[in-house]
Amino acid sequence: MSDTNYLNVDYGIRSWLLTVDHKRIALLYLGSITVMFFLGGVFALMIRLELLTPAADVVQADTYNKLFTMHGIIMVFFFLIPSIPATLGNFLVPMMIGARDLAFPRLNLASWYIFLVGALFTLWAVFTGGVDTGWTFYTPYSTVGANTKVIPAAVGIFINGFSSILTGLNFIVTIHRMRAPGLTWFRLPLFIWATYATSVIFILGTPVIAITLALVGVERAFHIGIFDPAIGGDPILFQHLFWFYSHPAVYIMILPSMGVVSELITCFARKSPFGYSFIAISSLAIAFLGFLVWGHHMFVSGQSAYASLIFSFLSFAVAIPSAVKVFNWTATLYRGSIAFQAPMLYALGFIGLFTIGGLTGLFLASLGLDVHVHDTYFVVAHFHYIMVGGALMGYLGGIHFWWPKITGRMYPETLSKIAALVVFLGFNLTFFPQFILGYLGMPRRYHVYPDEFQVLNVMSTAGASVLGLGYLLPMGYLLWSLRYGARAPANPWQATGLEWQTPSPPPTENFVVTPIVTGPAYCYAGEEAEVV
Amino acid sequence: MLEKLGLFPAAASTHAGRVDALYLFLIGVSAFFAILIATLIVVFAFKYRRRSDDEQPKLIEGSLALELTWSIVPFGIAMLIFLWGAQLFVSLKTPPKNALDVFVVGRQWMWKVQHLEGRREIDELHVPVGRPVKLTLTSEDVIHSFFVPAFRIKQDAVPGRYTEEWFEATAVGSYHLFCSQYCGTEHSRMIGRVVVMEPADYQAWLSGDGRPAAGANAALATNAAAVSVATAGEGLFKDLGCATCHKSKPGALGPSLAGVFGSQVQLQSGASVAADESYLRESILNPDAKIVAGYQPVMPTFQGQVSEEDLLQLITYIKTLRSS
Ligand SMILES: [Cu+2]
Ligand SMILES: [Cu+2]
Repeated sequence: MSDTNYLNVDYGIRSWLLTVDHKRIALLYLGSITVMFFLGGVFALMIRLELLTPAADVVQADTYNKLFTMHGIIMVFFFLIPSIPATLGNFLVPMMIGARDLAFPRLNLASWYIFLVGALFTLWAVFTGGVDTGWTFYTPYSTVGANTKVIPAAVGIFINGFSSILTGLNFIVTIHRMRAPGLTWFRLPLFIWATYATSVIFILGTPVIAITLALVGVERAFHIGIFDPAIGGDPILFQHLFWFYSHPAVYIMILPSMGVVSELITCFARKSPFGYSFIAISSLAIAFLGFLVWGHHMFVSGQSAYASLIFSFLSFAVAIPSAVKVFNWTATLYRGSIAFQAPMLYALGFIGLFTIGGLTGLFLASLGLDVHVHDTYFVVAHFHYIMVGGALMGYLGGIHFWWPKITGRMYPETLSKIAALVVFLGFNLTFFPQFILGYLGMPRRYHVYPDEFQVLNVMSTAGASVLGLGYLLPMGYLLWSLRYGARAPANPWQATGLEWQTPSPPPTENFVVTPIVTGPAYCYAGEEAEVV
Repeated sequence: MLEKLGLFPAAASTHAGRVDALYLFLIGVSAFFAILIATLIVVFAFKYRRRSDDEQPKLIEGSLALELTWSIVPFGIAMLIFLWGAQLFVSLKTPPKNALDVFVVGRQWMWKVQHLEGRREIDELHVPVGRPVKLTLTSEDVIHSFFVPAFRIKQDAVPGRYTEEWFEATAVGSYHLFCSQYCGTEHSRMIGRVVVMEPADYQAWLSGDGRPAAGANAALATNAAAVSVATAGEGLFKDLGCATCHKSKPGALGPSLAGVFGSQVQLQSGASVAADESYLRESILNPDAKIVAGYQPVMPTFQGQVSEEDLLQLITYIKTLRSS
């Protein structure tokens, strides 16, 4: 084996900016979304700082409104949605199925450039005045009310949508056409199933948000009545279109994380997943059912009561496949051989936080109760448990798990475990008090609030600073490891999966010899999947 | 009582206790499942921790019986919660017939309230205790939401249409009123209070000779002419010349409005429509949208000439027109 790998095969900025290697593109994404994450994080900290006291002291109302809007837009569209698919997905999909690259390598690079252009548009909007519509862009405020940079921000998201669509398309074709010999559908790693399901949502859902935001732009710029009732539009129509995408978008964020967690639990428990086919199929079930529940965001919007009843019923139904996944992961631990390295701590943390996020989803799906907690901090707490407690924990777990494979370096073990713990505690301290705040009636997007809500807000802000530290730690030691970390072996966790059977970091062509698969994934007991 | 814990807001409507009961039930269910999962994880993590590096646990593929159990049992519980929540919602959507009507118009950034008897107020809502109150909401600009935590109710006020919410207050006092739908710069200052009064005090307040209304807008509220909404609507009806065409004479240019509210109206298109507040509103602002069978589309639009409050007055007046 020679020492050449995808990282040292070529040097210089050109070799990165013009690369068509899926692994290098994954790193380009990793760098860009990390920048976006810390930017969104700074906005979050400023929000929490302002909410430390009931009065307006750190920033004024308009600035505050821009802060939560830009926090939302950046975190949702430019971090969470691309997070796992564009980084880990890009890196792992070809490796896990024994392929040399994605089906369309140049298209893959184009996706990154499209993402970049979209991000730059939005950042331009952010730094030349900002947007204050909320990431939800509700009409008619966004079309006639706001006099901020709505159109540039929307254009940025519109452009970024194409990056999602092309990535999804690339994954679907790759998974269909480029699996190694012997790698049948039911031998695929669960991460591949999850990525496949996510790609389906990318392709079916993203065009809808793009068109919706385009319509907002058209109404704003040309006063054509679409959403504004004063010129013959319907403001509720916007909400239907927006949530038709944005509910499934939650699954774009959480499904890949579930896929990662399935990999982590099996590896660190040395067990085949309990109910492999159920977990695999439930990802697809969630992807399709997820398109049928958007109206649960609109129970107090004035939509028909009959529609609300049906959306509530379907929302309860879509909760079941997620609940069963939690039971399956837990059962996978039974009689396993469980080790507690950092990735596993994130995975276990994911299960805990996702469980709370999912259970509080039942509160919101139930009509009579949602009327009270809708648009309060209860909702804020709930979706952060899903999108940060769930999606982000899975992302961090995945980054820690595959870091040795991606970079060829190990990171300090104890420090990484401490960081996982700090993130978990900081997260709960930040967001658990918000459930109580919400039930007490504190509306979301409030810049000033009545005094009686202060204690819980102080707890939340304290938690946010712990959480911030928790995110800086991995940033620090992962960067440190690039230079000083111990050299990683090909398979440091003794995991199954084709990506572990090639050197760390892998050669540009991934596998020196195309692997041939002869057994199911996750052969932790007895016979291994053979690689010839 | 629960309020004392600091975990619940005041409960001051007939609806509040029922929402709290469902909330407590859901907390119970959640605690059960969260503790179950957490305990299993901790127990497994301890009991099956890796003892040597070359351990190879036995293969367990899954169990159909278990999968079915933990699909069907949660589904059953979920359906129970669905039905419970739906039942609360249906009662929220069906205001009692004897409910007191109050009109609420939201705008950036204030709530304008009008009582049928004519008294108006801003960012405050006075209501009697023990009597159902139905709010008819709309907005002059963007979407707002009328949220009273102590009553556990909330409803968006949407421009261009009417929405409704109702409650029956059970305890005299003053409660938070929040706008809960983000509506621009001063969204978090679009707050006020709901004052629940003894019926006698409420009557006195309505006629404006009771204790002076408290708050910054007291002057504005008491100065408003205490002419009833329907009377104001009648005035507008005359001033705008509605009666020129809408009269019950053969050959009139417009259909008679006597008894129209609540009836089924035959349209030119062959369809029929129930004449509710939204239909009347649309017919004033956009007369060509639904042409009544047997009439020509000759009515001009009143868009821009009547405010949301004028519309509510006109509609209230039209509602009083009974067929002879
Ligand atoms: Cu949703
Ligand atoms: Cu408002």
